Amino acid sequence: MRHSVALALKKCRGCTTCIKSCPTEAIRVRNGKATILPNRCIDCGTCIQVCPHQAVRSQRADVREALERFPYTIAVPDPALYAQFHNLDDVNIVLNALLAIGFDDIYESAASAEVLADVMDDWEKDHATLTPELSPACPAVVRLICIRFPDLLGHLAPVITPVELAAILARRRAEEAGIPPGDIGVFSIVPCSSQVTAVSAPNGLKKRVLDGALAIRDVYLELLEPMRQLSHAEILPLASGREGASWAFSGGEALSRRGARYISVDGIVNVIKMLEEIEDGRMPDADFIELRACTKGCLGGCLNVENPFTAKMRLKDLIGNMPPSRTPTAAAREEVAAILESTEKPEFLPTFQLDPNRRKAMEKLMLIQQLEEQLPGLRCGSCGAPSCRAFAEDVVMGRASVDDCIFRVRERMQHEAVGTDPDAYLPAPFRRRARSSAKDGEVTS
Amino acid sequence: MNGDDRIHLSYQVEGGDLTRAGEASSGVKQTLRKLGIDPGTIRRVSVCMYEGEINMVIHANGGLAMVDVGLDDITITLTDYGPGIPDIDKAMQAGWSTAADSVRDLGFGAGMGLPNMKKYSDEMKIKSIVGVGTTVTMVVKIPS
Repeated sequence: MRHSVALALKKCRGCTTCIKSCPTEAIRVRNGKATILPNRCIDCGTCIQVCPHQAVRSQRADVREALERFPYTIAVPDPALYAQFHNLDDVNIVLNALLAIGFDDIYESAASAEVLADVMDDWEKDHATLTPELSPACPAVVRLICIRFPDLLGHLAPVITPVELAAILARRRAEEAGIPPGDIGVFSIVPCSSQVTAVSAPNGLKKRVLDGALAIRDVYLELLEPMRQLSHAEILPLASGREGASWAFSGGEALSRRGARYISVDGIVNVIKMLEEIEDGRMPDADFIELRACTKGCLGGCLNVENPFTAKMRLKDLIGNMPPSRTPTAAAREEVAAILESTEKPEFLPTFQLDPNRRKAMEKLMLIQQLEEQLPGLRCGSCGAPSCRAFAEDVVMGRASVDDCIFRVRERMQHEAVGTDPDAYLPAPFRRRARSSAKDGEVTS
Repeated sequence: MNGDDRIHLSYQVEGGDLTRAGEASSGVKQTLRKLGIDPGTIRRVSVCMYEGEINMVIHANGGLAMVDVGLDDITITLTDYGPGIPDIDKAMQAGWSTAADSVRDLGFGAGMGLPNMKKYSDEMKIKSIVGVGTTVTMVVKIPS
C-alpha cells in the first residue's frame, strides 16, 4: 500500500522527536534522517504534528491540478472544512465558493453520514456484529485494529467512511445525469493524512472510489477570496443537516446513533487504551464506540488550519441554525444498505510478527530478551529507536547494529581505551558523575 | 533456543492500584503478537491475565505474574502472599465475591474473576493456604 505520510529528507535533521510519539513505533532515525517502517505506519499524522522542522508531510493532490484533470469534477468536503473560517455564518457560503473555484458539483460527506447513521439503525437488527460495535469512520483507527487488535475486527461496523460513501453516490448521480464516466473526477477535501491514504488504499472497499484527496488547508486558501465575493443572491441552498456536520467533532457520530449507549474516544493514545481494555474482556457497558485518532475528532486532523478547540466552537455555532438532519428516502436507504453489503472486512496484518515460523520467532524473541537485559532501559532515543526493546528487536531483525547504542560504546571504551574517561564522550544527562570542575549548582558550558 | 525451549516473562503486579492493573496483560499481548500466536489465543490469555491481575490487586496486595510460552501452550502462574482462599469451590462460583464495597463501587468485585479465568483457560489449578498465599496456574493451549 502507498502511504500518504512521507518525509522530506532535506528538512529532516534527525532530531528523534517523532520516534517517541509514534503510536505504532514505526519510525527510526538512521544516518541522521528519519525513516518510516511502511507496514507499521497507520498514517495517523501524529509525526506530522510533532515534527519541529515540518519535515513530515501528507502527500495529497494539488487543488489547481485536480480541477484541470477531469472535464467534470466533484468535491466531497469533510465538514471539518466549515469550521476553519472566521465570521462564517452559513455553510452554504463555503459550498457555493467551491463551485465558484471550478468544481462542477458537490456532495457533502455530512450528507452521506446522515444516511449512513440512519441505515445503520436497521443494519444492526439484521446483522450480527459483536457488542460493542466499533466505528469504522477513522481510517487510522481501522488500520490500527488491523495490525494491533485483530481479535476486535469482528466488532467493526461495515468498513466505509462517509467520504467514501459520498464519493460512490456522487459518481452515480453524475453518471445518471449523462456525464461520460471517464469525464468524472471525484476529490475529497479532508482534514487528515489517514483520509488521504484511504483514497488509494481503502480499508473496506474492493476498489478505490476517489480520484484524489485535497487537504482542507490547501482548499482553504483558494476559498477565502471567492467566499468574500459571493453575493447573497448567488448562494444556493446546498448544505445537509446539523447531524452530519457534527461528525467532524468527537461525539458527533455517536450522537447520530439514536438510542445507542455510546462512548466517544478521541486521541490515538486514548483509542489504544480503550481497545486494550476491550481485548482484556473489560467490556464497557456501551452499544457503540466512536473512535478517532485525532484530538477532538477530525477537527484535530493535521491538515486543518484552525486549532481543534476553536474549530469546535465555530462549528457548533455554525450548525446551530441548520435543520437537525435530512431524512433519507426509502430508495436512498436501500441503495446505501446495498453498498454496505458490498464492503469487506479488513484483514489482520501480522506486522509485529518476528518470523512466520513460530519456532524461529521464539528463538528471535529470546535473543531480543537477552539483548534488552544488557541495555540501560533509558529510552534516550540516541540509537534512533523509540525504546531499548524496539532497538533490541531492530538488532535481532538486522535493522540496526548493537554498536548504535551509545552506552554499549561507553562499556567498550572502558575495556579498550585505558586511561580515557568514557563519561567525557557522553551527553550530560547520561554521565555517571558530575564533571569535577563543576561545583554544585554551577552550569558548565 | 535455551535449554527448556520456552520463553519466560515475569511481571510484578503492584497492590492497591487498580488503575495500573492490565499493564502485565498488555505486555504479554505484545510479546505473543511478535510470536505470531493467533488472535483468539492472545485474547484468551489476555482475559486470564487481566482477571488474575485484578484479583491480586484487590485481594492480595499484589503479586507476581509469570508467563511461560512454549510451542504448544502458554502457562500463566500467578503467585501472591495474600490472605488465601478459605473455600475454593465457593470462590469458583459465578457471582461469589468477598471484595470490599469500596472496590465494588469501582465496578470490580462482581465475582466473575475466577469463573472467567476457568472459562478462558484449558486447565486451571488453584493452590491456596489461608494466611500464606495463593498460586493460580492456568494453561492456554495454542491451536496447531
